[in-house]
Amino acid sequence: MDLYGELILEHSKRPVHAGLRDGFDAEVHHVNPTCGDEVTLRVHLDRAGDEPVLQDLSYDALGCSISTAATSMLAEESVGRPVRETLATYRGIHAMLMSKGADPGDPEVIGDAVALAGVARYPARVKCALLGWSAYLDALARAGVDISGMRP
Amino acid sequence: MPALTAGESARIRADFPILSRTVRGGAPLVYLDSGATSQKPLAVLDAERDFYLRHNAAVHRGAHQLAEEATEAFEGARGRIARFVGAQPDEVVFTKNGTEAINLVAYAMSNAGAPGALDGADPEVARRLQVGPGDEIVVTEMEHHANLVPWQELCRRTGATLRWVGVTDDGYLEDPRSVIGPATKLVAFTHVSNVLGTVVDVADLVSAAREVGVLTLLDACQSVPHQPVDVTALDVDFLVFTGHKVLGPSGVGVLWARPELLAAMPPFLTGGSMIEIVHMERSTFAPPPQRFEAGVPVAAQAVGLAAACDYLDTVGMERVAAHDHALMGYTLEQLAQRPWVRVLGPSDPAHRVGAVAFTVEGVHPHDVGQVLDDQGIAVRTGHHCAWPLHRRLRVPASTRASFGVYTTTAEVDAFLVALDRVPQIFGVSA
Ligand SMILES: Cc1ncc(COP(=O)(O)O)c(C=O)c1O
Repeated sequence: MDLYGELILEHSKRPVHAGLRDGFDAEVHHVNPTCGDEVTLRVHLDRAGDEPVLQDLSYDALGCSISTAATSMLAEESVGRPVRETLATYRGIHAMLMSKGADPGDPEVIGDAVALAGVARYPARVKCALLGWSAYLDALARAGVDISGMRP
Repeated sequence: MPALTAGESARIRADFPILSRTVRGGAPLVYLDSGATSQKPLAVLDAERDFYLRHNAAVHRGAHQLAEEATEAFEGARGRIARFVGAQPDEVVFTKNGTEAINLVAYAMSNAGAPGALDGADPEVARRLQVGPGDEIVVTEMEHHANLVPWQELCRRTGATLRWVGVTDDGYLEDPRSVIGPATKLVAFTHVSNVLGTVVDVADLVSAAREVGVLTLLDACQSVPHQPVDVTALDVDFLVFTGHKVLGPSGVGVLWARPELLAAMPPFLTGGSMIEIVHMERSTFAPPPQRFEAGVPVAAQAVGLAAACDYLDTVGMERVAAHDHALMGYTLEQLAQRPWVRVLGPSDPAHRVGAVAFTVEGVHPHDVGQVLDDQGIAVRTGHHCAWPLHRRLRVPASTRASFGVYTTTAEVDAFLVALDRVPQIFGVSA
């Protein structure tokens, strides 16, 4: 089945940066009530420079391969980068997932998450792919980052 | 009673045109999600359409000829549906679905505590309907959220306590007598689990409730589609089912209750069509069932549901049950040959009806469902509105195949072929 490419299976079996780590600024718990998928996610920001940088993103995810892989890709792409850049990645992924298959995603912007392009053809699964991301945005907001205007 | 023959099955399937469509780029549809909602035979669609084409008017409002015909069609449907479950017409209340029917009872019980709500009611019946601090409502751990959350909310509003009969590892109920006692007011439980397919021992729960003289409500949403159901034989006080799972249209549910209970119960929804006399300050209410049917009722849907009862009675509910039993036995036997599949619930097909939920070792149910869907097999994945039950069985979710009268062994085979691709796709050992 083309939806389940190597990258998705790899990320879902060995999620990058998985596990909850101490020293965080905010923790959130998000669920997808239609299927019961859950993620607990923590962000740790470095605010020493001009703009906040995502120093660490740790998480504990319970869910299907799509939601686990998407959260793993989020962590892989985002840790160590300025928050502003991670939000550009989010906008790229969001646009791809909402495109019903028209937008294949730009690997320069969203990295491994281009492997999730097939999800856009299954509207019921888009929520799975966005679960980790919506938790991440919520955690940023709780950590005091102004994300208004950064949402698509 | 023999299961349906291949010829009978083929004739039944011809009545459900949707079953011959294709999905996902040409795969023949294999619809194994009748537990969520059933497909509808042409006879049901025709009955609904005929109502709109020829008799449509607001039921119980107006005296012109169409209003008369619409009212007659609606009340005729009430009688037909009552007969389907062995009840009298005025013991049957139409709601919009099963969920609303359960809420109707829960709200009647909390409204019973309001001043004057039970004026004129038989004092003994009134006492049974009133709920307050110290009282207990009993449910089971295998309930659909529809038969759990309304009782949690009733308890919250009235100060009563919710208690539940637990579920064993193999999907049966634990001893109800450890929970049902003198403080119990009502025992609300499912006839058939929408996840496990477990057929609950209604007689045992009813006798436990009778021993302490308390009310019983049976959620028959998953039994009425698959087997004969008779309110007298079951001996419960309330019985609920939903039209769209019994080949009927969506938008119609049924509450059956003992007439003395309906006579005493205060209304849930209020407004037009449920009144007797209205003044600016206050109103009096119509007798049941109208008292519980505020607003223009679901006439076309009721007519459609009555046609569904005709359809099922023509097949014969005993034979529908035999057919389900044959499918269940075959499916369980086939799944048992796959050690990577864990079937939830009783392993004895005689104790199950309608649904088989399972997990695949190492693969999330959503992913199982996706692989099946890509091959045209429609199953349900998730917690199927029974989250506490999944928690109890220590699985986050499951995949559920469920049957209808039109389901065939060949479809179960197609499901198995598709399922067998799962271990290879996800690299788990088969
Ligand atoms: C056991 C059970 N009870 C209640 C319901 C609620 O029915 P409805 O969704 O039509 O209100 C369902 C199905 O959804 C069910 O399976």
